[in-house]
Parts: sequence; C-alpha cells; structure tokens
Amino acid sequence: MSSGEATASGPAAPGAVVPPPEDDARAQVVSLYQAQKKIYARAVSGWFAGWRWALVWATQLVFYGLPWLEWNARQAVLFDLGARRFYIFGLVLYPQDFIYLTALLIISAYALFLFTAVAGRLWCGYACPQTVYTEIFMWVERKLEGDRMQRIKLDQAPWGAAKLLRKGGKQAAWIAIGLWTGFTFVGYFTPIKSLAAAVPTLGFGPWEWFWILFYGFATYGNAGWMREQVCKYMCPYARFQSAMFDKDTLIISYDAERGEPRGTRGRKTDLKAARLGHCIDCELCVQVCPTGIDIRKGLQYECIGCAACIDVCNGVMDKMQYPRGLIRYDTQHGMQQHLGRAEVWRRVFRPRVLVYTGVLVLICGALLASLALRSPFRVDVVRDRGALARLVEDGWIENVYRLQVMNATEQPQRYRIVARGFAELPELRTDQRGTVDLAPAEARWVPVAVRVPPEAAERAGSGSHPVEFVVERLLADGTADRRVAEKSTFIVPR
Amino acid sequence: MSDFIHSGWGLFVAVATVVSLVACLALLIIAARRRVMANDNTTGHVWDEDLRELNNPLPRWWMWLFVITVVFSAIYLAFYPGLGTYAGTLKWTSVNQYEAEQERARAAMAPVYAQFAAMDAAALAKNEQAMGIGQRLFLNNCAQCHGSDGRGSRGFPDLTDRDWLGGDSHDYIKTVIAEGRTGVMPPLGAALGGSEDVRNMAHYVMSLSGSPHNSAWAQLAKPKWGVCAACHGPEGKGNQALGAPNLTDRIWLHGWGERAIAGVITNGINNVMPPQGKLLTAEQIHVLGGYVWSLSQGTAVAASGN
Repeated sequence: MSSGEATASGPAAPGAVVPPPEDDARAQVVSLYQAQKKIYARAVSGWFAGWRWALVWATQLVFYGLPWLEWNARQAVLFDLGARRFYIFGLVLYPQDFIYLTALLIISAYALFLFTAVAGRLWCGYACPQTVYTEIFMWVERKLEGDRMQRIKLDQAPWGAAKLLRKGGKQAAWIAIGLWTGFTFVGYFTPIKSLAAAVPTLGFGPWEWFWILFYGFATYGNAGWMREQVCKYMCPYARFQSAMFDKDTLIISYDAERGEPRGTRGRKTDLKAARLGHCIDCELCVQVCPTGIDIRKGLQYECIGCAACIDVCNGVMDKMQYPRGLIRYDTQHGMQQHLGRAEVWRRVFRPRVLVYTGVLVLICGALLASLALRSPFRVDVVRDRGALARLVEDGWIENVYRLQVMNATEQPQRYRIVARGFAELPELRTDQRGTVDLAPAEARWVPVAVRVPPEAAERAGSGSHPVEFVVERLLADGTADRRVAEKSTFIVPR
Repeated sequence: MSDFIHSGWGLFVAVATVVSLVACLALLIIAARRRVMANDNTTGHVWDEDLRELNNPLPRWWMWLFVITVVFSAIYLAFYPGLGTYAGTLKWTSVNQYEAEQERARAAMAPVYAQFAAMDAAALAKNEQAMGIGQRLFLNNCAQCHGSDGRGSRGFPDLTDRDWLGGDSHDYIKTVIAEGRTGVMPPLGAALGGSEDVRNMAHYVMSLSGSPHNSAWAQLAKPKWGVCAACHGPEGKGNQALGAPNLTDRIWLHGWGERAIAGVITNGINNVMPPQGKLLTAEQIHVLGGYVWSLSQGTAVAASGN
C-alpha cells in the first residue's frame, strides 16, 4: 500500500491530518486508531462530590469489611465453591437456590432502569466500581503528585529523583490498593482468615494466586490507567442507558440560554452592555471532567453523570455573585419549556418510572417472601433406572428410589421419610423404619424401597401411578415441625 | 482415509496456521491507516446524496489487544499441540491431564483411605465414614444393576440377603468387584431327556424349597437328580466353591415358577458381572467391599455400630 509508505513517520493524532503527498494534493492518510489522550482531571469539592465520597465509603466499607465479619462462629458471607455451599449470614444456599441470584440480577437491572429514567447515569456517576476505584486512585494521585497543573508540569519535567519518587510512590500505592482489593475478593470464596494467615509465607493455592493477581491487576489497570476508556469503549451499560432516557429525565445540563454568549469579564461588568451571558468561559467545567468533555456542548455519550462540573460551576457562580445552577440537573423539557423545579419533579412520576418502580417492588417482595418461606431442607426424588419394578416375597411389588435430602441449616437434623400413595395405591410400605440424620449443611442420598401388596397392585393395574414422598423434619421430642412433599411415580409391571 | 493420515497434512495445517497469524497482523497494520479524500474528518465518500462516513478512531490500545491475541497464539502454539503434528514443549494431551488429575485426587484421598486399610469388613461396617464413602461408591457404580438399595432384581443378585453365590468373605467380595464374575450353568435339557423330563425336574426343584408343585411330576424327576447334584449337591443346597446356588431357599435370582425354572434347565445360564477393577482403585474396592458385606448383615450390625 503506497499510502502507508507515504506517511510512515510517527503515530498520527486522532483523525490528524497528515500533510498530503506531493503526487496527489487531495489524498491524505489518517490513522484509524488514536492514542489515548491523558486527562488531568482537576480536584473538585461540593455537594455532589460529597455524595460520591459518601458512596465510596459506603460501598467500600461493605466490600472490604464484609469478609471479616463473623456469624455463628464462621465467616458471615462465604461462597464455598468447592463444597457448593453459599453462606450469607443465617442463610445456607445450595446450587439449587440459583433462582435467588437470578432475582438479584433482575432487581439490579430494574434498579438501574429506574435510576436512569429518573436522573440519568446515577449509577455511573456515584456507585459504579469503575468510578469508585478511580476516585480512590485519583485521590492517591493528588496526594503524591498534586492537582491538575502540578501533574501536567510533573509529566513534562525531565526525570529526576523527585519525579521518580512521586511517580514510584503513586504506582506502589496503586499496586497495594489493587492487591488488597484482589485479596478481599478472594476472601469471599476462601475463608479470609486462613487467607490472611497464608500472607506471610505467600502460601496461596494456584487459583487463589491467579484471582488475587488478576483482580488486583484489573483494579490497578482500570482505575489507574484506563479510567474513562473503560466507560467510553468497554462498558455496555454506558451505551444502553441512553435508551432509558427521555425528555423528562434529569440530566446534567448547561443552561445555554442563560450562559451564552460566554466570555471573560470582570466582576463588575455590566452584562447587558457587554452583551454577555453568565458563562465566564473559565473552562473549569472542562478541567474537572473525568472524561474530558465540554458539557456546554450538550448531552454527550461520554458524560458519566458525575456532576463534577455542577459543583465547580456553582463555586464560580458564587464568586461572581450570579445565581447557582448554570450547569444543573435538569430535563430537556425543563430547559425548553422553562419548567419550574416543582413541575420537573412532578414529572418524575411518569408512567415509565411508575412501571419500573412497580416491577422492582414486586420482584423485591417476591424475593423476600420466597426467602422467608424457604424450607430449611430440600428433597429430590430419583427413581432407580436399572430396574423399574421387581417382584418380591409373597408377590409384593417393589420400586426403588433415591431421595436426596439436603439440610439447609447449620444444625444437625433428623428426618423421617414416608411414602404416600393416592386413591389408586392407598397402601404403601417403605423399608425406612428408622430416621435419617444429617450433619449441618450436609446433603445425602437415601435409597428407599417402596412396596405394595399383590391385591393392591392388581386393583391399580399395570402402569405408572402417582405417589409422593413426604419428608418430615423431626424435633428432639420426635414431633415433626416442617415437611416437604415430592412427587414421583410407582410402576406396576405387566 | 489414508490421505488424511499422510504426514503432509500436518505440514499443511502448520503452514496454514502460521500464514493466517502473519496475515492477521499484516491486515491489522495495513488497515490501520487509510487515504482519505477530504480534510473534514470524513473519508470523503458520499453515498445516497448525503451519507458520509466519519472517521471515529478506536483507541490505540484496542489495536494492541489484537496484537496480544496474536502473541498469545504464538506462545500457545509453542507450548501446546496445534502446529500440525508438533506436540508442543509441554507435551500436553487430554489423557495425561486426566491422569494427572486422577493422581492428584488419589493423593488427596490417600490419607482418608489409609485409615481403612487395616480394617476388616466388620470393622468397616461400624465405621460411619467408611459406610458413607461405601454408599456413595455403591450408588455411583453398582446401583445401576443391583438397585440403590442393593436388592437387585431378576438376573441381578440381591446383595442384602444371606444367600451368597460364591461366599461372603470380604476378600471374595473384593475379588468379585475387581475381576467381575461369570455365573455359568450349562444347558441340561438333553442330559435329562425331553421337555417332559425338564418340566418334571422343574417341579422337583420347586419341591426342594417347599414351593407349590406337582409332587407326581417331582417324583418322576427324582432319579435324574444326579445330573444336577454334581453342582447343586445331593440335597440341592448349592456349592459356593462352584458358584452353584442353593435351591432349597425361596430366593429365585432367575425367576420362580415352572416356566422360568424349565427355561433355565433347557437353556442354561451365562450371567456376567463386568470387572470394576479398572474403574475403582484397590482402596476404594476395599471400602466398597465392606459396604456390600454390611448390606447383608441386616440391622444387627448397624445397631451394634451405634
């Protein structure tokens, strides 16, 4: 390709126009890949930044703290993949309880829909791990390298001891946070106390090593280096959230009508005479933006809704003694139709939002009710497949089943198994004279033979007949407090 | 088919793989830049009067991800089989991975099984952990034929009765599990005479266990019992050394009644239990043998164990 040879020098800037080759004045060569432009986001403080930090604390206290919490002399939240038991406080979940995870994911999805319909990318701006860890990493960066201008200067400065110290210190702190995050993540799957005991000797298992390093690297790479690139190029939620927007969604908006024409001015300048709007064109909203956009250009897909520009602009408005809210949460309708705050808020309760809320409440209610009514043990019945039925002494017909009894409590339990026929086979006899004792959170297969007398089999006729197994949990005094019934069939041979 | 095991195919696959990898990289580099016909950040092409193609460049690290996949392929192909017949430096195969995992599992279980090594069947039957392991092994490997409760069905022996075809010693049970067992009875219809003689003998056999039978026919067959006594013994009590079942109890492995018994006499029996020695380790068979033995001990053992 001659075009490649013509401009073999250096990487081109995004869509950069390279001088045309001499033979064709019109032909130019552009790179279809662009180098990442480093964003030096300026520190910001204010009402919304306060909310973001509150959520950083709330989510990370839970994430880093939860594995250390004890409950009934064990880790409160532990997902034991090897034993297939999932402990969440008092709950002992089996893989058969997967439906609860499904419900949790549906709730998460609807919560995302709801928040997005009401106020745009709230999740992205305040609670997403990408935002939260970036916030933490940027705080470290600020502490070691200073704010925006100092960081730009440091990057341009030649390498020396001071620069090495600051940069190296930042990387070390980042790596430490990443490793701690990876360690904590693994602590949800391996008891974190034994994991902590293995730290001095680095005696982790191969998978523990992999996940500590992988999760740690992902945290370090995404929060330290990739940052807004994750939101812009990797995150699918970022892209489909715009589908939940409508003209009554509160988004971060620049009031162009009030702000334009923008321009620099003194504090005492007469705006009418100077024909200026309220925007003093200080560019602070661009400098604080973690994705490097200019909110004054309107809604853009890069905007993660962090409201840093609102915070910084309000500060400027205060200094200029203009009213706050040149950049604010507002709706498209609110901007176009000059709606008051009350009307904007009234429109939050529109059908879309009410439907999302309704579905969310419904699923949350169903999940809670299902958890509250959940049986403390489960039973599965599997018919023997080798022999459907067999003839035993005195012409009795016998079928064999395996019952898997699963104890979902953390106490040893005793169960009794009874087989029940229906009208077709009223008399059933099982060989289970005793009871079944299960250790805490144990699951066991129990073979059960069920037989019927020849007359009953004759009356019922050949074929399969419905039966059910009733498993009762016995209290210490021998009375049953909970029972689970599972259907099966009894086969009478020809 | 011989065309496809020719060594040339391995070479072909290797060359095709390498050329594809290189071509992928070349395509990536060539396609990373393009000549445009306008300087307004479009490609300059206009379709359908006003459709223009903007150049919205991907981030460069995205391109590096692609390069990483190619590098990964090269490293993978060095370590693992993939380049035609080249086996890779790790000499990995799915079989030796399986064997390594088996070995690891065996090593992990060794201390558990070690405590059972010195126990006989009676001791194993009293050990709750051994019985738990034994039951799981039984349900996974034996229950398909012998039933989950071990009581078998027609043609598959009941392991819970005390009617042992070949003996009830722990060692014998272990041998049968490891090596399998073939229960053979030759067809004896001709040796007895005609079909009437066979019918008579069936009734005599039923008489041995006190089952309902035609005693006149049974008496007619009695003189010919010698044919059967060679294995089943003069009193029909069977012979464990030969694997000949006791005919005086009420246990009928191959069916009860004139028709079933006459059928066995006429056609003989060739009942096979396949060997399990390759599927189970010796330690597993030791514990499983104890479990099978315990099945026939009724509730007495279980009670004394607690």
